[in-house]
Amino acid sequence: MTIPAQAIRHKYLRHNKKFPHVWCPGCGNGIVMAALLRAIYRMELSKDEIVLASGIGCSSRMPTYTDFNTLHTTHGRALTFATGLKLAKPSLNVVTIMGDGDATAIGGNHFIHAARRNLNLTAIIVNNSIYGMTGGQYSPTTPFGSKSTTSLYGHIEHDFSIAELAVTAGASFVARATVYHAALMDKLIEQAMRKRGFAVVEVISNCHVQYGRRNKLGGAVEMLKTYRDNAVTVKKAEKLSAEELAGKITIGVLTDREMPISTEEYKKVRQRANEAEGEL
Amino acid sequence: MKEKKTSPDQPATTETTQTPKKKKLYDIEFYHDWCKACGICIAFCPRHIIIADKNGKPGIEDPDKCIGCRFCEMHCPDFAITVCDRQPRRRKDDI
Ligand SMILES: Cc1ncc(C[n+]2csc(CCOP(=O)(O)OP(=O)(O)O)c2C)c(N)n1
Ligand code: SF4
Ligand code: SF4
Ligand code: SF4
Repeated sequence: MTIPAQAIRHKYLRHNKKFPHVWCPGCGNGIVMAALLRAIYRMELSKDEIVLASGIGCSSRMPTYTDFNTLHTTHGRALTFATGLKLAKPSLNVVTIMGDGDATAIGGNHFIHAARRNLNLTAIIVNNSIYGMTGGQYSPTTPFGSKSTTSLYGHIEHDFSIAELAVTAGASFVARATVYHAALMDKLIEQAMRKRGFAVVEVISNCHVQYGRRNKLGGAVEMLKTYRDNAVTVKKAEKLSAEELAGKITIGVLTDREMPISTEEYKKVRQRANEAEGEL
Repeated sequence: MKEKKTSPDQPATTETTQTPKKKKLYDIEFYHDWCKACGICIAFCPRHIIIADKNGKPGIEDPDKCIGCRFCEMHCPDFAITVCDRQPRRRKDDI
């Protein structure tokens, strides 16, 4: 189903906000926002059923522009607020949008424990390998050797994979896309939002202004070309060795498993507690 | 499987008056107020029909060549592109 751009523009954007939006020309955040809106359009959910929560960062500006129930919270705490919301009102479809710094540096603990708890939430993480908003400091996903304002002579620490962290921490659904693979991205976001359990979509995105420029990766167009050339599907990646996979981006669904959801389990525990009290 | 010589939508006549299936046409519109001239649509259009003007903002050279893939529409970070099926012109001066 092709989704007309004017439909999502008219239906979901807050036209009283200043457009064009704040992001730099060619920033991947806009591509992610469009994919999220296409996924929501396809799911035919009413705007009142959706909550979009974010922390602080360039990517976290997204809820400002979209006409859902939105929460723009503190740095790294999108999932914290989302957890409270989901426990108070489990019928809501809660989506969080975070940057790599937001989700895995200051909010790292919240992220792994939200995955471990397996709350019925969706977490979209825009991974641009850098702190975009604050001027290009390194984040937990900045690759070894690359340059940032806090690693002018090359980064001495190692990066980790957000998606693999989510798998290990116990998320029910984990997928990865890049901003070049926009059509795949909206399908993965839809799958994640439909999933009962903690669902993570990591989107590899370009911050050519703070990251690309310092590391001679070119502008938005060149970075998208790199994603196109380096992406391998999960199926293809299974046949490749670790050396062959170096520098590649695995895209698609990495994990999809059924597990008890904590909101449901909480309901059951309350019931058990009530029954036990009746017996006393 | 061998193809049947006659089928309901292909009458078995020797005349070759049949017109080929009409090519689907599209119109592409750019909303320059929101466009930031990032160049993504220009670089990735598979038909190379999106051309930059002197400010780097996109325009269409030959809309009849568009295949309606919507790559440009889906990858515009600024919601500045609309691709739609071409509507029949009702009046001569319709644009
Ligand atoms: C408690 C707190 N510490 C630090 C900051 C400063 N700060 C704002 S955004 C940001 C990092 C943003 O990077 P990321 O989450 O990767 O998002 P991006 O801007 O790259 O999309 C930081 C450190 C803050 N706002 N609050
Ligand atoms: S600084 Fe980077 S992440 Fe932030 S808007 Fe600009 S390109 Fe996007
Ligand atoms: S829809 Fe496809 S072919 Fe048509 S202008 Fe856009 S990118 Fe080019
Ligand atoms: S992709 Fe969008 S913002 Fe970029 S040049 Fe094309 S119309 Fe403008």
